Amino acid sequence: MSASNLPAQPDGARERIGVYVCHCGSNIAATVDVEAVRDWSAEHLGDRGVVVARDYKFMCASTGQELIEQDIKELGLTRVVVAACSPHMHEKTFRGACRRAGLNPYLCELVSIREQDSWVHTDRTAATAKAEAIVAGGVYRVAHSEALEPFRVPIDPATLVVGGGIAGISAALEIADAGFPVHLVEREPSIGGHMAQFDKTFPTLDCAACILTPRMVTAGMHQNITLHTWSEVTDVAGYVGNFTVTIKHRARYVDTALCTGCGICQEKCPSKVVDTRYEAGLGYRKGVYTPFPQAVPKYPVIDVENCIYFEKGTCGACKKLCPTGAIDFDQKDEEVTVKVGNIIIATGFELFDARRVEQYGYGRMPNVFTSLEFERMSNAAGPTAGRIVLRDGVTEPKAVGIVHCVGSRDRNYNNYCSAICCMQSLKFAHLVREHTDATVYEFYIDIRAPGKAFDEFYQRVMEEGSVFVRGRVAAISDTVRLPDEEAHQGRLIVSVEDTLAGVQRRIPVDMVILSSGLEPATDAQEVARRFGITCSADGWVIERHPKLDPVATMTEGVFAAGCALGPRDIPASVANGAAAAARVLARIQEGELALEPIRATVDQERCSGCRICNDLCPYSAIVYHGWEQVSEVNPALCQGCGVCIAACPAGAISGSGFSDVQILSQIDGLLTALGGAPPGPAVEEREAVPA
Amino acid sequence: MSATTAHAGAAPAAKDGRFEPVILAFTCNWCSYRAADLAGTARMKYPPNVRLVRLMCSGRVDPAFVMRAFADADAVILTGCWPADCHYRIQNVKALRRFILLRRVLESMGIEPQRFQRFYASAAEGQQLAAEFDRIVEEVRALGPLDWAGRHAAFVPSATPPGAGVGEARAAAEARAAAPPPAERELAEVTA
Ligand SMILES: Cc1cc2nc3c(=O)[nH]c(=O)nc-3n(C[C@H](O)[C@H](O)[C@H](O)COP(=O)(O)OP(=O)(O)OC[C@H]3O[C@@H](n4cnc5c(N)ncnc54)[C@H](O)[C@@H]3O)c2cc1C
Ligand code: SF4
Ligand code: SF4
Repeated sequence: MSASNLPAQPDGARERIGVYVCHCGSNIAATVDVEAVRDWSAEHLGDRGVVVARDYKFMCASTGQELIEQDIKELGLTRVVVAACSPHMHEKTFRGACRRAGLNPYLCELVSIREQDSWVHTDRTAATAKAEAIVAGGVYRVAHSEALEPFRVPIDPATLVVGGGIAGISAALEIADAGFPVHLVEREPSIGGHMAQFDKTFPTLDCAACILTPRMVTAGMHQNITLHTWSEVTDVAGYVGNFTVTIKHRARYVDTALCTGCGICQEKCPSKVVDTRYEAGLGYRKGVYTPFPQAVPKYPVIDVENCIYFEKGTCGACKKLCPTGAIDFDQKDEEVTVKVGNIIIATGFELFDARRVEQYGYGRMPNVFTSLEFERMSNAAGPTAGRIVLRDGVTEPKAVGIVHCVGSRDRNYNNYCSAICCMQSLKFAHLVREHTDATVYEFYIDIRAPGKAFDEFYQRVMEEGSVFVRGRVAAISDTVRLPDEEAHQGRLIVSVEDTLAGVQRRIPVDMVILSSGLEPATDAQEVARRFGITCSADGWVIERHPKLDPVATMTEGVFAAGCALGPRDIPASVANGAAAAARVLARIQEGELALEPIRATVDQERCSGCRICNDLCPYSAIVYHGWEQVSEVNPALCQGCGVCIAACPAGAISGSGFSDVQILSQIDGLLTALGGAPPGPAVEEREAVPA
Repeated sequence: MSATTAHAGAAPAAKDGRFEPVILAFTCNWCSYRAADLAGTARMKYPPNVRLVRLMCSGRVDPAFVMRAFADADAVILTGCWPADCHYRIQNVKALRRFILLRRVLESMGIEPQRFQRFYASAAEGQQLAAEFDRIVEEVRALGPLDWAGRHAAFVPSATPPGAGVGEARAAAEARAAAPPPAERELAEVTA
């Protein structure tokens, strides 16, 4: 560490500013001449109030922060500029250092010379000049910063959890067990999500229902959990601590106050439909149904599209036979409004539609199955009672091919790895071997088994005798082509390049299972918009920080868990749910949340009452006082976007943290000394001129 | 005090006598600034000619900021979230409106549209952001320096006889109505 000579405080400068330039090891120093930036700041920004400029290897280290604290105390700094990484990385860190030394944290400015400079440029001279400009921008800006206090909002203790898969259930239970109310919204008739469809779970092969059902039941009976199944969130208003959520309860046509869940209606209903959801198209359900016997809640729903009464006005078997008279054809959709302080999005995934890979023939060749179909087939409670058979329902396969990475790691569909399919494929190999004598082929690109006890499971499946063929399957066909294939008439031929042996193979099998990848729910973007969060181009919810804040979103008060964030297995989804719950609980227990005090305020002396700003605010934060003919911003509703500030023709609105004078000064700094032009008249004077 | 670089903000080192424009880009805290963060984290490269100002929302951009920037910069870029992805619901559409209006004013002052551009970048689009910066820097480099002061001198109302240019202005307006420039088409779509 070294400091530049301290120039005497110029008479004109109002503030005493310290500048700290970080090397970030070599992350910054390799491309930016950090010492030069330090010296330049001391030399050229003295008239702006810079009284000390230092550089340090790692400003964010405790020793770096102590430098700032020491200077604040010993040199009487009134403003601090740190030139280091992005404010999204360490703004809190350096503001904290200032606070500890007694300086208002909002008098500290972190400017990025790493993400915005050293990491994106290669020319050292240009990058150094840019760093100087960036520091100048920070110094000019901070001189006009004001001491601010965080804005405190009370936190409503209730939480909304959207999606009742294992991630959502886990989150809901953690919060409810801690004693706070939860609204769990699930669009299907029952909670449980995908896990409810499985028989065994990798790598331990424990029974999915055995571990999931108790949790579903606990959630269903919990005094702190209100289940809203067969429901969807239609509107979200408000902000962290104080959301107002509208939930639409779709009509079940079953009076839940009367229904005992006896199941007679389902038994007697004459309308039988292929169940594409829970049974993945492999089995049937009735027009009135609960998706599966352990459903929570136990009340069925009537699927009006497949109900004879709703189609033709006849039948009504369920109504006639229900012992408690619970069937109510006149039920209507209902909307309820709930108030919550925080929201957890756990909307999970959907399976990639294997039909899209035409050369694999799903939908065309009956004995090509999807992974979810196989899950149902291997399930003792499923449509085949756990027997592994071809589409005809009787024939046991002699050879089964499992194709990995269907729709994943493929530029034509999704570039990402779906993370669970290798393990799920190995699980399938084990299950096929357990139930049949079939030979199992695993067609893989590479086996990704990084979890706890995953590789051991892989070893085990190999030892059980499954055949591993490394190579992406080119096509699956049902026609024999080569003379020696005659014997395989009627079977499926898997064409694959065996990349380990370096040969093309055509392997006859009776059954193919496509390990389809995971995709975000089809309405993921729409849901994201409703909750004011963002998704990646793929459609997965973007974390506030991929490493350090993996279950928070960019929107205060909205968290995410499970596969809504991207493909992951059950343990990770459960951990996410608990993590999101912990974040929410911390806030509930705190009772209030400190928010960035970035707010607009109207100077009523200057407001002309034109009302231009009134309609610009998407939060209706601006109210107009008709009697006084002036507008006013409600700071509890204002989110600080600043649109009204820029629009007010009278220049009557100012924005704390991002005031006109701060921004104009920063621009002055960034462009200063360009062609030698002085930064022009003091911004304060210019600002008085209406925009 | 050691001898150091003379000026901050001096145009990035001109190589082979190439013109190096200075460009100011306004970014929003939630999408485009994060795209810039991502470009950095992923070590993507774009020319050092672009300097960023972080605001909370692209809708915060006051025309006065843009005018101030043009006093010293060769080009100004406005970036923000995609329509419907705005952290503040719809404020980026308001920014788009303002952009269109301002660009017309600037055009009437003789500032080429390439010098005032805008694009969207979601928090995931570091690559796109870098590519757009690349493109714009090249376009502005081809135009040469803005020379605001020189142009400003030419834009003195009294220097032009009253009424001159009205015909051209009308022709331009008609052309614009016949084939709205992309940003205006986009606004029509977004607000449809
Ligand atoms: C074939 C297959 C086999 C697998 N086997 C295993 C295994 O053996 N072991 C393992 O650890 N993992 C396995 N997985 C992964 C496992 O399925 C996931 O990790 C887990 O289901 C993720 O849980 P979740 O709650 O995030 O999502 P989901 O289970 O998808 O649950 C999401 C829930 O949200 C609901 N929902 C969605 N959108 C909305 C909305 N807008 N409003 C209201 N509700 C909504 C859905 O109806 C659903 O109930 C497997 C995956 C597949 C595809
Ligand atoms: S735009 Fe400005 S002057 Fe008009 S009502 Fe709003 S605050 Fe008052
Ligand atoms: S800054 Fe944005 S959110 Fe706040 S009052 Fe103005 S328009 Fe509304």
